[in-house]
Amino acid sequence: MTTKLREVDVVIVGLGWTGGILAKELTEAGMKVVALERGGMRTSENDYSLPNIRDELRYVVRHDLMQNTARDTLTVRNNPQQEALPMRRLGSFLPGEVVGGSGVHWSGHTWRWTDMEFKIRSNYEERYGKKFIPDDMTIKDWGISYAELEPYYEKFEYTAAVSGKAGNLAGTIQAGGNPFEAPRARDYPLPPLTPILASEMFSDAARNAGYHPFPRPSANASQPYTNPDGSKFGGCQYCGYCQRFGCEANAKGSAHMTVIPIAMRNPNFELRTHAWATRVNKDSDGKRVTGVTYTNVLNGEEFEQPASIVLLCAYVLNNVHLLLLSGIGAPYEPVAQTGVVGKNYCYQTGAGATLFFDGKYFNPFMNAGGSNATIDDFNTNWAFDRAPHDFLGGFNVSGGFNTALPIGYRPVPSGTPQWGTAWKQATAKWYQTAMTINASGSVMANRYNCFDLDPTYRNAFGQPLMRMTFDYKDNEHKMGVHAAGVINDIAKSMNPTKLNSATARTDPWTVVPYQSTHNTGGAIMGSNPRDSVLNKYLQSWDCHNLFVIGANAFPHNSSYNPTGPVGALAYWTADAIKNHYVKNPGPLVQA
Amino acid sequence: MKKPELDRRDFIKGAVVGGAAAAGATTAITPIDIAQAEPAPAAPTAAPQAAGYEFLNLDEAAFIEAMVDHMIPADDISPKGTDLGVNIYIDRALAGSWGKGDRLYMQGPWKPGAPSQGYQLPLTPAQLYRASIEAANTHCRKTYGQSFDRLEAAQREEVLVGLSTGKIKFDSGLPVRTFWTTLYQTVIEGMYSDPIYGGNRNKAGWAIIGFPGAIAVHRDHVESYRGKPFPSKPLGIADLS
Ligand SMILES: Cc1cc2nc3c(=O)[nH]c(=O)nc-3n(C[C@H](O)[C@H](O)[C@H](O)COP(=O)(O)OP(=O)(O)OC[C@H]3O[C@@H](n4cnc5c(N)ncnc54)[C@H](O)[C@@H]3O)c2cc1C
Repeated sequence: MTTKLREVDVVIVGLGWTGGILAKELTEAGMKVVALERGGMRTSENDYSLPNIRDELRYVVRHDLMQNTARDTLTVRNNPQQEALPMRRLGSFLPGEVVGGSGVHWSGHTWRWTDMEFKIRSNYEERYGKKFIPDDMTIKDWGISYAELEPYYEKFEYTAAVSGKAGNLAGTIQAGGNPFEAPRARDYPLPPLTPILASEMFSDAARNAGYHPFPRPSANASQPYTNPDGSKFGGCQYCGYCQRFGCEANAKGSAHMTVIPIAMRNPNFELRTHAWATRVNKDSDGKRVTGVTYTNVLNGEEFEQPASIVLLCAYVLNNVHLLLLSGIGAPYEPVAQTGVVGKNYCYQTGAGATLFFDGKYFNPFMNAGGSNATIDDFNTNWAFDRAPHDFLGGFNVSGGFNTALPIGYRPVPSGTPQWGTAWKQATAKWYQTAMTINASGSVMANRYNCFDLDPTYRNAFGQPLMRMTFDYKDNEHKMGVHAAGVINDIAKSMNPTKLNSATARTDPWTVVPYQSTHNTGGAIMGSNPRDSVLNKYLQSWDCHNLFVIGANAFPHNSSYNPTGPVGALAYWTADAIKNHYVKNPGPLVQA
Repeated sequence: MKKPELDRRDFIKGAVVGGAAAAGATTAITPIDIAQAEPAPAAPTAAPQAAGYEFLNLDEAAFIEAMVDHMIPADDISPKGTDLGVNIYIDRALAGSWGKGDRLYMQGPWKPGAPSQGYQLPLTPAQLYRASIEAANTHCRKTYGQSFDRLEAAQREEVLVGLSTGKIKFDSGLPVRTFWTTLYQTVIEGMYSDPIYGGNRNKAGWAIIGFPGAIAVHRDHVESYRGKPFPSKPLGIADLS
């Protein structure tokens, strides 16, 4: 039996970064908001405190803050010919499952994606001709511009305490910043983090090679900070336990210590934890949604929460899954190329080298989430000619550390035995005296990379798992070759005692090991309902009172981490709802 | 070939056999058990640790102890694997929620799948360990006439190479590489996880690499130790609690 509850103005599914931002903004605008979060409440004081938070086994290896795959997971395969099988435990990506979502245990790298992404098809067609884009590459313009998002990027950077150095202030290039970034109205709220030796050495080598290194912008407060909402941050302690941990110093910009507590203090807000949304309900004519059905996972009771507006903020994967389970929008089918929901799933690619310097102490355990220097010369630099390398998109290259905990990180030169005294000697010698250079590369949409519902496997609620079909294509392989070459040239110029060179990735995508929690697409934005699920306000083309917020809206993936535009789009959508939608409920863009 | 001395497993089995016989039980006793029933001189001191195993049976404990001491021999870098408590770590991990399949999606149908699809066995980590140790010992008995813990160093080395490269195939059909990856990962965890989990005893694993452990504050060290060795005595969670 399902208990039907009293209608509220807004129901939010998932209380991570996007849900937190919308909960704060809409309750402040006077709307009654209920948030449903499948995970439990965790706080910095109680859970992310010393000494227990300094536990690599619990948080990194055993996934304490992350999705429990015994209850719900995906099935995975590399291509439509393969039979998909369940991802039986987490590996390649690590979505969160607590109040605050993945924003608790992220690293904080915060980027502004530019019109190079938002106008990708037009840019490449104009410069290289239509034929440069392979037939099966389903990239498209996003239907939004950098200029529209600029103030919202700023809002997110100031909320999350991003430390960095502007490279382009209102059109004037700034020394020490990223000269290829798009113009920004204001600098970052905080100066860059203190550089570590590895990032300084990388910067010198990159500069000598003619590139333009800059400190990676990160939501790790370089000094104590109070954000415009009054949320207080401590200064980053370079503790080395950033990614996959909650921050004990409250120095990492996270929803659970910024927007969520503000919403919680607002009487218009109610949070229900352990509340697992299973379905978005539609009205009889299918033009509006009526609310959300959820299960209290503490006792199995089912509820229906009616609402005038439904916001899906449950992370890329769960947002798309909920649309498919609820029958909202036509499911995508890659062979006939019909439908839209599930289309353009993308991920990221990469390459990396390890450099060994006899006698040089990097102290790899002293780092912030964003202790890297980066070059964007092969990424947002449109002057970089892609034609000779025959790929679209780009990659950024960085040197430094953002995690070097010993269960996961013990670099040794290739050829070292895996056990015994010789292995221990090498581990002892090189742990502190090695550094890494890594590239992160974009992934272009491909017609065969997509989501749909699995025909066989089910979750704990008896619902079909979502099926992910994904593999790297030629474009990524060619980019990998180029990225490995760039990395190796920089690495060799640094004269390491030994070098484990970077190689281009040629093997299929695998569910292990960890790669990144930068999944994108599946419920993408665009300028018409024929090839997108959402309009530019992340409003469903099918049901105008449904908004789907997250990187699910990205039609392709860049080489950057996603949360800059995810946060900006959350504020942008909040404004669209407050300022336009509630005054005149209906489609904000005419189809 | 020198016969390894009788170990405490023999002693304990002997004790059990003796006890059962005294109580008039009809437990099947193999000649090997009886032959090994004399107490070994070293056994009494080692016995309390064996009594502390939560999951591993005697054969498994002997296998794991031999394995971790071979992978992590005593030398001037660190004490040996069992002195680091890696065997205890593994036992606790297998006995605990991880070993029982916590967070593992355990619904069929079960198919081998492609390597890119990850772990696909219908076994919890504890079940995988149990079945694989049995299979590895079967291989050792067939090849060398002895279980793994009774092999000489060179033979142990050969078995490890076979397991890690997949050259050894288990007759039972278990994928060797899956066992090896799990085993290797847990040995590493036993060396480098916080001592509260039973391994990394006295933080001697962290000391190998100079990892400072749970220490919290490097804000000033980032500048003052840039390029210099950081003189740290590692601290664990218990030290700070
Ligand atoms: C280890 C790691 C490192 C990262 N580092 C970076 C980085 O450096 N830079 C960057 O840009 N990004 C990074 N990310 C990604 C970043 O965390 C996400 O982009 C961001 O948190 C997305 O916000 P979101 O609101 O979409 O999802 P989340 O913040 O994950 O919130 C989603 C919430 O929805 C809940 N939920 C899901 N399904 C349901 C359901 N059915 N019912 C109820 N609740 C549900 C979840 O429990 C969760 O709390 C990282 C991620 C990880 C895991």
